Amino acid sequence: MPDDSERLLALVADCLREGSTMAIVGHGSKVRYGAPDGEVRLSTSEHSGIVDYRPEELVVTALAGTSLADLTSELAEQGQILPFDPPRYGGVGTLGGAVASGLSGPARPWRGSVRDAVLGVEIVNGRGQRLRFGGSVMKNVAGYDVSRLMTGAWGTLGVILSASVRLLPAPESEETFCRACSAAEAGELNRRWARAPLPITGTCHVGGVLHVRLSGSAMGVASARDEMGLRETGDPDIWAAARDHGHAFFETDGTVTRLTLPRGCRFDDESALIEWAGCQAWLHGEPEDLPDGTQATVLMPGERTQRRPAADAATAKYTARIKDAFDPHGIFNPGMNG
Amino acid sequence: MSNTRVLERLEAGLPAGGLVTGEHAVRPFETDGLTAIRETPWAVALPEDVEQVRTVLGICREHGVPVVTRGAGTGLSGGARPLKNGVLLALTKMNRIKEVDLDACTATVEPGVTNLAISQAVREHGLYYAPDPSSQLACSIGGNVAENSGGVHCLKYGLTVHNVTGLVVQTFEGDELVIGGKGLELPGFDLLAVMMGSEGMLGVVTEVTVKLLPLPTAKRVLLGSFDDVEDAGRAVGAIIAEGIIPAGLEMMDNPSIRAAEDFAAAGYPRDAAAILLCELDGTGDEVEHDAARVRTVLESHGAVVRVAVEEAEQERLWKGRKSAFPAMGRIAPDYYCMDGTIPRGELAGVLLCIGRLADEAGLQVANVFHAGDGNLHPLILFDANEGDQLERAETLGGRILELCVEVGGTVTGEHGVGVEKLDQMCVQFNDAELAQFHALKAAFDPAGLMNPGKAIPTLARCSELGGMHVHHGRLPHPELERF
Ligand SMILES: Cc1cc2nc3c(=O)[nH]c(=O)nc-3n(C[C@H](O)[C@H](O)[C@H](O)COP(=O)(O)OP(=O)(O)OC[C@H]3O[C@@H](n4cnc5c(N)ncnc54)[C@H](O)[C@@H]3O)c2cc1C
Repeated sequence: MPDDSERLLALVADCLREGSTMAIVGHGSKVRYGAPDGEVRLSTSEHSGIVDYRPEELVVTALAGTSLADLTSELAEQGQILPFDPPRYGGVGTLGGAVASGLSGPARPWRGSVRDAVLGVEIVNGRGQRLRFGGSVMKNVAGYDVSRLMTGAWGTLGVILSASVRLLPAPESEETFCRACSAAEAGELNRRWARAPLPITGTCHVGGVLHVRLSGSAMGVASARDEMGLRETGDPDIWAAARDHGHAFFETDGTVTRLTLPRGCRFDDESALIEWAGCQAWLHGEPEDLPDGTQATVLMPGERTQRRPAADAATAKYTARIKDAFDPHGIFNPGMNG
Repeated sequence: MSNTRVLERLEAGLPAGGLVTGEHAVRPFETDGLTAIRETPWAVALPEDVEQVRTVLGICREHGVPVVTRGAGTGLSGGARPLKNGVLLALTKMNRIKEVDLDACTATVEPGVTNLAISQAVREHGLYYAPDPSSQLACSIGGNVAENSGGVHCLKYGLTVHNVTGLVVQTFEGDELVIGGKGLELPGFDLLAVMMGSEGMLGVVTEVTVKLLPLPTAKRVLLGSFDDVEDAGRAVGAIIAEGIIPAGLEMMDNPSIRAAEDFAAAGYPRDAAAILLCELDGTGDEVEHDAARVRTVLESHGAVVRVAVEEAEQERLWKGRKSAFPAMGRIAPDYYCMDGTIPRGELAGVLLCIGRLADEAGLQVANVFHAGDGNLHPLILFDANEGDQLERAETLGGRILELCVEVGGTVTGEHGVGVEKLDQMCVQFNDAELAQFHALKAAFDPAGLMNPGKAIPTLARCSELGGMHVHHGRLPHPELERF
């Protein structure tokens, strides 16, 4: 297992000594969300491998540069999955990148997000110290939850060296169904289904068709299908396509906007690709008039041009102080607001 | 300004009877659920709304008075232990359910609402709030957030951190942070996660939005009785390895079984070495199917299995487990509840080791715990009025927690560090890690006046502890504060 941590620590120490900034990258698969513009490039890709995996613990610990493809295939051999099923844009991506970006896949409302699954991390902070937080057990309230703070911070608080994440058993059966309906009807169905215990693990409305994924025991899937009145079998590839932006919807040279919406809100744009039971939507161009509580991340063509939702003044104040608490000299990922 | 003047200002900012002072009147607030540790608060403020909370914080900020927030006071680590020179901000009067949104499946509530009250309020809509600490009748949702509390159902449904989507927090500096809401993501850093389990050190939670889940339509509770504790420990791993995530998976050893049986008449086998309670939920056929699989696993590990199908019988089985703590009160004058978490695979070995440590200490330990997630609750039985039993119990407790760290676990799974586990934090974290925690605390509360002295030990305390070189041992004067 190639452990590159000494070199990574030394790089951070160099930056500190020389007063330079650092851009942290894994496979570089998420540049559309903005690429950090630090002076020194730190790549975790040589720092890879599984550190500890005991399937009966439902936890895996792996080095940050471990490729998601390797990791998921290792887990699949033991009949387990990453609950948050992170995007693999262009087929690549690392565990560290998945944790740092906090981006979750199609099952997010039901199986939880990246941060829900993160149990522990090892990091290098902006003082060049190697620190460990959390651990590999499910329940842990010793100290503040730094592991989850690192999740989705886009590398602005430290270099993630390794992470422990919670796993799930792969379902015995998984089926995709589809049904022609408007976005408004799909919204109604989503709200109704949320009120019943159903084994849904994905919804995607695009081009006038609602796709629904059900997972669980064969028996549970069959009875839910009947209860939900789903008759037509759908294409199971839609989930990876939506997750990794391989779907035709994403074939554009223009701006794409990602929305995260409050649960149960009414958003029925027929031209959008709407996932997560209505809580995540993708649009071409930049939207106006959004429902209250919606956040928009605008991904413009070309690199380094994304715009993430702005925080209010109070949040911005504490955000800046937290950044300072971890990275007092501001060396990590300049330009990436966490 | 004189102390009296500060009290006058506080009184003026609160409704009639909202400020409690005087040794006798404040007595009910001296301690939380960790009753061995007491302090008389200088004053207790009982605000009824967020404006009053802000007023109290403002006055305290101006006069440099420390503030300890208190929910229902059921915490087991001394997190809400008051200060004799500080204001105890007790939020029990802020107990309104502000909104239930049936489209979003969320409830937005004030911090003093009890955990159970939320589920009761939404039951008519076929919904509930999943995390269910055994103290759910009394504990507040604000306290749950501050401790990231779990319950018997968190193996499948997660802890507080997985079930809260929004918070409103008042900082000591007077800012109001609106964190999250009804959506699935926050802009920027995950302040929601930072607040979870932060033990009232970073701010006062004044509003909580929780996720509601549909009530399952079918349930089965299996009771597996074992002649051997290790077999029970191994059966836990085997159920998970089978690909089943039970809604709850709890274990009790013989002393706990007997105490619970005497107390609650749950129908437990009094002579079993250990029992496992396994709850499965979902839809009809599926639950039936999983119950058969779990039964097979339990039996192959030597268990005698009973399946409770009727709700009344299921409730009776749970009642025994949920009353395990009070039941201990009957068999020993005092008990000390520990809260370490370990990897599941270490369960059998750690139980044996706890037994040995208990023998060495000449004390009895009863084990009740959330076996599914490896969260142990060894209950050390003792009599504080008998010789050095209290000291021996505390030493034994410390050793058990250190054992948890040694096998890759943690000193607290859900009860928090409070004032109780400060020394064990020095074992689990090094100086640089502790310094990072202090820096994070200072980002929210630079004055250090929110719940001072809790949750994270000072580096001085840890170095003194190391300097005295009391490995696994105890300090000469544990009653002295070491800030
Ligand atoms: C019999 C018994 C059984 C228990 N079972 C469980 C269990 O199964 N699982 C479990 O996890 N715990 C359990 N507990 C522990 C306890 O009930 C929980 O920790 C609970 O969440 C504490 O809530 P509280 O309202 O009583 O908080 P308190 O004890 O009043 O306070 C606890 C901490 O939270 C802080 N705090 C409280 N309210 C706020 C607020 N609004 N804003 C900021 N900080 C705040 C306090 O400062 C303190 O640090 C049990 C306790 C008892 C006595």
